[in-house]
Amino acid sequence: MRVLEKKLFRDFLRLWSQALAIALVLACGVSIFVMAFGMFTALTETRDTYYERHRFADVFSSVRRAPKSIASEIAEIPGVYAVETRVVGSAILDLSHRVETAVGQFLSLPTIGTPRLNVPLLRSGRFPGAQSSDEVVINEPFAIANGFRLGDVFDANLNGRKRQLTIVGTALSPEFIYTIGPGDLMPDSEGFGILWMSEPALEAAFDMQGAFNDVSLAVRRDANITMIKDRLDTLLDPYGTFGAHDRAEQTSNAFIDGELTQLKTMSYMLPPVFFAIAVFLVNMVIGRLVSLERSEIGLMKAIGYSDVEVSMHYLALAGLIAFVGIAVGFVAGAWFSHGMASIYADFFDFPYLIFSLSPDVYLVAGLLGMATAALGAIRSALSAARLPPAVAMSPPAPPNYRRSLFSVFLDAFRLSQPTMMILRNLMRWPVRTGLTTLGLALAVAVLTATTFFEDALDELIDTTFHQANRQDVILILSGETNRSALEEVRRLPGVLQVEGAQAHGVILKNGHREKRVAIEARPESGDLARVVSSDGDIVTVPRGGLLLSSRLAGQLDVGPGDMVTVEFLSGLRETHAVPVAGVVTGYIGLTAYMEIETLDRLMRRAPTVDMANILVDPNRLDDFHAEVKDLPGLAGTVMLNDTIASFEETIEQNITISTVIYVAIAVLITVGVTYNSARIQLSERARDLASLRILGFTKAEVSYILIGETALLVLLAQPLGWLLGWGLAASMIAGLETDLYSIPLVLHRDTFAWASSVVLLAAAASALLVRRRLNNLNLIQVMKTRE
Amino acid sequence: MIGMEPTETVFRTEGLTKVYDTGEVKVFALAGVDLELYAGELTVLLGPSGSGKSTLLNILGGLDHATEGRVWFQDIELTGLSDRGLTRFRRDYVGFIFQFYNLVASLSARENVALVTDIAPNPMRPEEALEIVGLDHRMDHFPAELSGGEQQRVAIARAIAKRPDILLCDEPTGALDSKTGVQVLEALERINQEFGTTTAVITHAAEIRKMAHRVIRFQDGKISSVKRNETRLHPSEIEW
Repeated sequence: MRVLEKKLFRDFLRLWSQALAIALVLACGVSIFVMAFGMFTALTETRDTYYERHRFADVFSSVRRAPKSIASEIAEIPGVYAVETRVVGSAILDLSHRVETAVGQFLSLPTIGTPRLNVPLLRSGRFPGAQSSDEVVINEPFAIANGFRLGDVFDANLNGRKRQLTIVGTALSPEFIYTIGPGDLMPDSEGFGILWMSEPALEAAFDMQGAFNDVSLAVRRDANITMIKDRLDTLLDPYGTFGAHDRAEQTSNAFIDGELTQLKTMSYMLPPVFFAIAVFLVNMVIGRLVSLERSEIGLMKAIGYSDVEVSMHYLALAGLIAFVGIAVGFVAGAWFSHGMASIYADFFDFPYLIFSLSPDVYLVAGLLGMATAALGAIRSALSAARLPPAVAMSPPAPPNYRRSLFSVFLDAFRLSQPTMMILRNLMRWPVRTGLTTLGLALAVAVLTATTFFEDALDELIDTTFHQANRQDVILILSGETNRSALEEVRRLPGVLQVEGAQAHGVILKNGHREKRVAIEARPESGDLARVVSSDGDIVTVPRGGLLLSSRLAGQLDVGPGDMVTVEFLSGLRETHAVPVAGVVTGYIGLTAYMEIETLDRLMRRAPTVDMANILVDPNRLDDFHAEVKDLPGLAGTVMLNDTIASFEETIEQNITISTVIYVAIAVLITVGVTYNSARIQLSERARDLASLRILGFTKAEVSYILIGETALLVLLAQPLGWLLGWGLAASMIAGLETDLYSIPLVLHRDTFAWASSVVLLAAAASALLVRRRLNNLNLIQVMKTRE
Repeated sequence: MIGMEPTETVFRTEGLTKVYDTGEVKVFALAGVDLELYAGELTVLLGPSGSGKSTLLNILGGLDHATEGRVWFQDIELTGLSDRGLTRFRRDYVGFIFQFYNLVASLSARENVALVTDIAPNPMRPEEALEIVGLDHRMDHFPAELSGGEQQRVAIARAIAKRPDILLCDEPTGALDSKTGVQVLEALERINQEFGTTTAVITHAAEIRKMAHRVIRFQDGKISSVKRNETRLHPSEIEW
């Protein structure tokens, strides 16, 4: 090993604590990049492969009842290359091992061959026989969650008739990677299943002989999807279409898209923060080293080392730091990815593994890490290269403090000399002061912008469930029923209160803006399903008008008093102009509310319901479920308490994990920044501080100068960090907002206090580490040597 | 003051020894030094590098601990004090001047002096101290704006501003040319005379011994000779 290389390793070992602090900050950036970018790539590739191999459709539409003959006309729409028509319906399942009902979504399989589109991937068993009326293939997660084996049987309440079905196979489908039941907030594999049956069986069950109610299209790569959707709507219009949509509005795909957007945002937004901090820290440490080794640099050059060799020496030191950071980042990144993959495994149903990160991801992350260190060191390395040997061997000029306006301003406060030293030093290196403060502020911001989620979700749950939806159960009826049917519901065991409701697909229009949503109709004096205003008050749904959730109102660009055009997709399919009566809070879905009798009047029909909101005596839930399982005319049930409980449980788990991760990140940033900046200050000021000790200043008084400077920066960073955190939280929420849900921005004082406490504690600990060195300062040594 | 007979003892050492133990060899920086310094006396310590004079000064000033032996400052036994006690001792009684001026770059001349006057029990005003060293016109300048001689005089002003009982100077003119060095020595002489501050000066410039009351020579960690000057020269008469 050459001597210069020996020096390199010795410098690295001597600076190990500072090097480690920087390496860990860099490791954060590398690991998050590996995880986010790696998972983004892996998830995208897995999804695309799955979609391609199993021919996931591009355009989807539901229709009330269309004759099969129309399929050939659909196939002739330019750009369409495959059409698949199906019978789709939902029904209550009676699973003997389960007290509560389960809900099944039934999909028909063609009599001959496999479907052309949305091909289910058989995981075990076989497809149902072409003419069988009781054989069923169920989705694999539903089978696993309920412990079903091939040959097991269960009952289904198909269109009012109870039928026993036999499981002949399990499958997965590209349509149901994220499988969420009606009214659910997250997948419930046990309570919601996808079931494939033969076409004749479902045609009979749902009264669809010679007809279909669901169509999927595959289009050519260069096709005009908007035009195809319009043509499809026109063709299906006479048969009661609910409007065509593309992959973006397909529920499962939309959730995966949301996840991908999050990963992408994360890989673009977070790692640069860490890389920037690492650049700053490397710059600070190597810069200090070069200025301390000024005479050594002169000597190296005097004895014949070239400028390149000298600057490479310092670049290599940064490279060593980066090497450690990248290595730690790879390990952590692989570990994070594994954690992420297991979360995906819980929520997404893929047939293939998505855990394997491609080597490219590591390569890119490694290059980014090296570039970060090089960028941080380049300025000092160049200055070392440029230093002429003769100049290098003479001592540098003392730092040039001069009287400035700021000094005059400081004089007015009659501050003590140590305080003056702190303030002058901060002003002397404004860029360093600014960057240190910014670095610490980022630590506060990261914590603020991540901890608020718990409060935000509490608010979401409180508004959505405790304030607005107070019913225990929603019964979804198979079709529109006379309101007198509610009497039957009221007679179910344990039922304390019943309110009827309706939900209708509509297109709301304001000029060129339009949105396909569901109008929920409730009784004016409803007490179970209520509506919460943007101020948090409960509002009654007024007769004659619409209440829109704020996001929907925003998308349509309407406010109270404006008129919107309501195009009904069911019933007589008429169009009405309806005034917006108010804008209300709604975090889940894009919702519009209407008073139920107003809706009946607009649709010109007798009082109808298609949903019942129910309050059930908790002690009689078992009796209630037993009865509901046999209730004809029921398409599904939503158990709100279970929904809330599972949602809260999942959130709780994820929040615990992410809190640990984000606290670790914030602590690493804080320690990296505080420890390094205090060490550099100590190095630069050792002489001043030793002078003060000789003059009779106590250790505490001298520490004040060193710790005081750090403390001042840490304090300055707090309000800045809160502000940045607020901005970060707001932009994260904006990034996460989809038509499916939005998250409220709820920032309590506790959140800021928590973020600051973590950062202050980490900063205090790092400052104390440096203070220990200050206590061991060798006074005589320092004074005997020339700076 | 020239030719005065000092009586009161300010410092007394008994068998003062300082050993640097490097593991393999023991280096005796001080090998049993018995010495007295008297009130109002200006002493010059001479000797080759490594003869122990700086080590002695550091121990007298409370910057370093002796390995063996005892040191008294007036009635206080320094060898019995803790770090905290030594800090207190430096703060209240000692003024230090080093070869490198060790001014705080971020403080002006006046503020550097004020560092001491802020914490000393009975200081003079910073302006007064700077006037004594002839720098009353440069008070608001920062170290970077002062010449070497001026910086050393600020260091002297900072050392005397607390009205120390003792002034310990380690090569105060070492970094200066002869002409500037004379100005510094004049300042030291003036303080010694006007305030009666006991002053010890380490130097390599043997000529400086001529301004001292007593000259103590060191060799191999021991005192090799002590000589009293019958006649003293004024700094302006010295050249080196």
